[in-house]
Amino acid sequence: MTSAVGSTPAGAPTRAGGEDRQAPVRPHRKRWGRTAGWLGWLWVLPALLMYGFFVLRPLVTTMQYSLYRWNGIGRAEWVGLDNYLTVITDSDLLKIISNAFILIIFFSFVPVCLGLLVASLVRRLSAGPFGTVVRTVLFLPQVIPLVAAGIAWTWLLSTDGLVNQVLRAVGLGGITRAWLGEFDTALPSVGVIGTWVMLGLCTILLVTGMSKIDPALYEAARIDGAGPVREFFAVTLPSLRQEIGVCLTVTIIAALASFDIVYISTSGGPGIQTTVPGLEIYRLAFSQRQVGLASALAVVLMVLVLACVLPIQRLTREEKV
Amino acid sequence: MNLTSRGERLTGRIFLIALVVVTLLPFLSMLSAALQPRGTVPTGLAWPSDPQWGNFGAAFTAANMGVLLRSSLLIVVGVVPIGVVIATMAGFGLGHLRVPGGPIAFGLLLLGLTLPLEAVITPLYYQMRDLGLLNTRWAIILPLIGLYMPFSVFWMRAHFTTVPKELSEAARVDGSNTWQLFWRIHVPLARPAIASLTILLFLWTWNQFLLAIVLVDDATKRTMAGALGAFQGQWGTDLVLLCAGSLLILTPTLIVFLIFQRQFIKALIQGSLKG
Repeated sequence: MTSAVGSTPAGAPTRAGGEDRQAPVRPHRKRWGRTAGWLGWLWVLPALLMYGFFVLRPLVTTMQYSLYRWNGIGRAEWVGLDNYLTVITDSDLLKIISNAFILIIFFSFVPVCLGLLVASLVRRLSAGPFGTVVRTVLFLPQVIPLVAAGIAWTWLLSTDGLVNQVLRAVGLGGITRAWLGEFDTALPSVGVIGTWVMLGLCTILLVTGMSKIDPALYEAARIDGAGPVREFFAVTLPSLRQEIGVCLTVTIIAALASFDIVYISTSGGPGIQTTVPGLEIYRLAFSQRQVGLASALAVVLMVLVLACVLPIQRLTREEKV
Repeated sequence: MNLTSRGERLTGRIFLIALVVVTLLPFLSMLSAALQPRGTVPTGLAWPSDPQWGNFGAAFTAANMGVLLRSSLLIVVGVVPIGVVIATMAGFGLGHLRVPGGPIAFGLLLLGLTLPLEAVITPLYYQMRDLGLLNTRWAIILPLIGLYMPFSVFWMRAHFTTVPKELSEAARVDGSNTWQLFWRIHVPLARPAIASLTILLFLWTWNQFLLAIVLVDDATKRTMAGALGAFQGQWGTDLVLLCAGSLLILTPTLIVFLIFQRQFIKALIQGSLKG
C-alpha cells in the first residue's frame, strides 16, 4: 500500500519538473501547487485509513451497539435508549462511575499538588546531578507496564507486605490489614498506586514549565520581600497554568479510563468497591455477554472524559494566547 | 539566588530523598521477594541470607519467556515501523504540503487524542472476529497502528509545520519530485522527531494490556504486559516466582528508558504540551 501511494504523486511532478526546467519559475510553481495539493492527500490517506478503520469505525459501532440488547451471538434486539437509562439509574453502575471520579483525586489532584511541591524543590535546590537523579527515578513508574506496577503494589500492600511490616515496626501493628481486600481501604489503595505512577510525569512537566519562567520575575518578587511561599503563589503558580492544564488532562483521562492497575490489583473487588467503568465494560462485554449495555457505558465514559477534559483545555488555551 | 536558608534546604533535600526511596520501594520489595527460596512465604522487605538468583532462571523457563520476548518483538516490529512511516507521511502532508481540506482531516484525528480504548474495544473484538484475525498477532498490530495515529500524526505534523517552505522550493527547482523531496530532504531533517516517536510507540506497544487480553487468548502471542497478566493468573500463589517473572518482564522497558532517557522524557513532555 505504501509504495503505490508513494509512486503516484511522485510521477507527475517529475515530468513537470523535467519539461519546465527552462520555463519561468512562476507558472511552474503554480502548476506544482495545484497538482501537489490534491495529490498530497495520498500522503495522508494511509494514516487516515488505519485510523478510520480501527478507531472511527468501531466508535460508530459502539454507538450503534448501545441501542440494542445483544449477547454477541444471537439476534440483536432494538431497545432504543434503554441501555443508557440503565447506566444512569442502576445503583451499581452509578457507584462504578463514582469510583472513577474518586480515583481522579489520587491519579490527578494529588500528583499535581505533590508534583508542584517536588518541582519547586528541585528547581530551588538541585540544579546538579541530584536533580537529574530525582527526576529520572520519579519517572520510572511511567515506563514500566501498569500491570507490573499493579503486581508490585499488590505484594507491597498484602498482609505480609512491606507496608504492614513497616507499620508493625513503628508500633502501629493495630492498623495492619489486607489493604486491597477491605471495603474501606481498597479504593484509596488503588488510588495510591495511581499516585505513584503519575507523580513523575507531573513533576517533569512542571519542572520544564518552571525552567521557562523569566528569572526577572523571581528577582522582582525577592526585591518586594516575598518569601518562598509567596513567591510560589505570586510567580510560579500563575506561570504554570498551561503545564498544570496538561497534567490535569493526562491524569484525569488515566483515572477515568483506568483498567490495568485495577484489573491486576483487585479485579474490582471487594464487591464492586474498586470496579471502574473500564473494567465493567470489559466484564459486561466479554463475561456477561451484555454487549449493548457495555457499549452504552463506553459511550457514557467517553462523554465524561470529554466533559472533564474540554473545559480544562479551554481554560489553559485562552491563557496561552 | 542563595537566599534559601540552610534548614530549609536540608528539609527539602530530605523530602526529595524520601520520595525517591518511596518510588523505588516497590521494585526493591519485589526483588527481595524474588530472591527468597521457592515455596516459602516472603515477608515485606527482608534481604535473604542466601539469595536465590536461580529464581530468575526458573521464572524465565516457567513463563516461557523466550517465546514471550519473541512475540512482543514481532508485535513491535509490526506496529512501530508502519506506524512511524504512515504518521510521518501524514504529518508531511498536513504540516508541510498543507493539503486542501487538511484541517478537517486533522480535526478528525484530534478527536482520537482523548478517546479511551475501552470505548472501542468491544467492536474491535467483533471486527477482528469477522476478519478471522482473532488470536493472531495481527489482531493487536492493526488496531494499535490505528489507535496511535492521532498522537503520531499530531507529533509529526508539529515538526513539519516548523520546516521552512523555501527548503522544498529549492529542491523543486533542482528537479526533485515530492517523493524524493520527502525521503532525501525532509525525513533526514525529521530524524529527531521520528526517533522520539519510535521510542514512544515501542514502549506503548510493549506495555499494551487491554487489547492483548481481549483479542488474543494465547498468552504466547501477546505483548509482554498482556503475557504478564496471564502469568499473574497462573502463578499468583507462587509469589517468589511471580515477582521474579514481573521483574524480568519490566527489565526491557527499563533498559530502553535508561538508554534513551533524554529523548524519551523530552518526547513525552513535548507531546503532551502540544496537546
